[in-house]
Amino acid sequence: MFLKDYITDVYRATKSLLTGMKLTGYYFTHHKEIITEQYPDNRTTLKLADRFKGEVWMPHDENNEHACTGCSSCEIACPNGTIKIISKFDVSPEGKRKKAIDQFVYRLDMCTMCGLCVEACPTDAIKMRNTFELSVFDRNNLIKRLNEPGSKIREGVE
Amino acid sequence: MFSLEGLTNFIHEWLNGHLPATFALLAEFVLVGVAAIGLFAVLGLGLVWMERKVAAVIQIRLGPNRIGPKGIFQTSADTVKLIMKESLTPANADKFLFNLAPFVVIIVAMLILVPIAFAKAFQIWDINIGVLYVTAVSSLSVIGILMAGWSSGNKYSLLGAMRSGAQIVSYELSAGLSIITIIVLTGSLKISDIVASQENGWWIFKAHIPAIIAFVIFIIAATAETNRAPFDLAEAESELTAGFHTEYGGMKFALFFLSEYINIFIVCAIGATLFLGGWMPFHVGHWAAFNHIMDYIPSSIWFFGKTIFLIFVIMWFRWTFPRLRVDQLLNLEWKYLLPISMFNVLLMTLVAIMGWHF
Repeated sequence: MFLKDYITDVYRATKSLLTGMKLTGYYFTHHKEIITEQYPDNRTTLKLADRFKGEVWMPHDENNEHACTGCSSCEIACPNGTIKIISKFDVSPEGKRKKAIDQFVYRLDMCTMCGLCVEACPTDAIKMRNTFELSVFDRNNLIKRLNEPGSKIREGVE
Repeated sequence: MFSLEGLTNFIHEWLNGHLPATFALLAEFVLVGVAAIGLFAVLGLGLVWMERKVAAVIQIRLGPNRIGPKGIFQTSADTVKLIMKESLTPANADKFLFNLAPFVVIIVAMLILVPIAFAKAFQIWDINIGVLYVTAVSSLSVIGILMAGWSSGNKYSLLGAMRSGAQIVSYELSAGLSIITIIVLTGSLKISDIVASQENGWWIFKAHIPAIIAFVIFIIAATAETNRAPFDLAEAESELTAGFHTEYGGMKFALFFLSEYINIFIVCAIGATLFLGGWMPFHVGHWAAFNHIMDYIPSSIWFFGKTIFLIFVIMWFRWTFPRLRVDQLLNLEWKYLLPISMFNVLLMTLVAIMGWHF
């Protein structure tokens, strides 16, 4: 039945278009919730999702200790050569030499915020922070050292 | 009661009393021209702002909200920006046609304004073939678009212009046929007669089913004729950068942009005149008291209210429906809208002969 199919087609099309218009019409008449962030105005109260990828940072605890063993997994995982680990050898009281980081150099100007370094880290020493206002006037300020001066590796992290 | 009729009569008499008849007529030409350009400017600014706000509200965001209260001066600021910009003509363009095209489009839009009744007895020229004139002149705008696309010397422009040609030529048929369904009832092409015939109720209510079908088809065809989403294949941002006006910038681009919104206003005004009674207030048959109360609302408000409602519906379409491909677009017209509207004309003729309408 050609005519029956034709009329069914027209009926279905009209119905589905009206369904769509009903939804957008509902949004139009119920204008309360705004899903966009009014960014410069709500700067103080801005709440970003945890999955937001800003710059890489290395959390330090209250004893100025981090979890980085200096294994260079992040350096290898980085597609852009953003991370450079400068390692040193700590000598323990027993006279044992242990690899540790001297400087964790992070070049923000080359980073694409892909997060592969965070995934590669075996000890969860680095994370991606929510900060996104990263502009500076001097590009040298984009070369950052992530481990705090005088910090050392937390006990028990291998 | 507020009426624009007194104003036009006063100007006419004052000019004729102080000037010879020829100069009075010329002065009226100038006044009408200035008024039309003023209306264009207001419509361009207002409708672009309205479009952005409607889009924002439908998409649950705020829209322009920086310049002026609720961002009302955003479009004025954009216009100033466009005026300041350089009007570049590409090296490979056909310079004469390239510079002529935006003016063709805008002049056509201005010509269609002629027979529209903005309020009671407030019309530039109550020509006796009013509706025919509108359908005839509105097809000219495709020439401007083709001119722009061809003369740009750019493949995207040419593709956009060709699509626009196919689209406007096809959709004019169903727009014309749905206009004819109303003409069957009124028996006159004159806009003032069409409005007067709706004194005891608008055609969409009086002629029920066939009028509603014709109205829906007219709105779809009007959306397609003005090259708006979901039928924006001539512009096709995602495929052809900006279609036929890819190479235009500055004020020449602004003229294309303006003519899009003017055309929306005009097709909605025609739709409001044919189906929703133009400037005629909402009247119900013999309810004399109710009709009398409705008459207190000025006719210009009725006209602009209906037109803006239809413009809103077209904007609603734009921000709801997904875009069509070229083949889907032509399928919709030739396989669905055209047969349905032809059948609808027959149905309407039957209704008119049997007197089934109110």
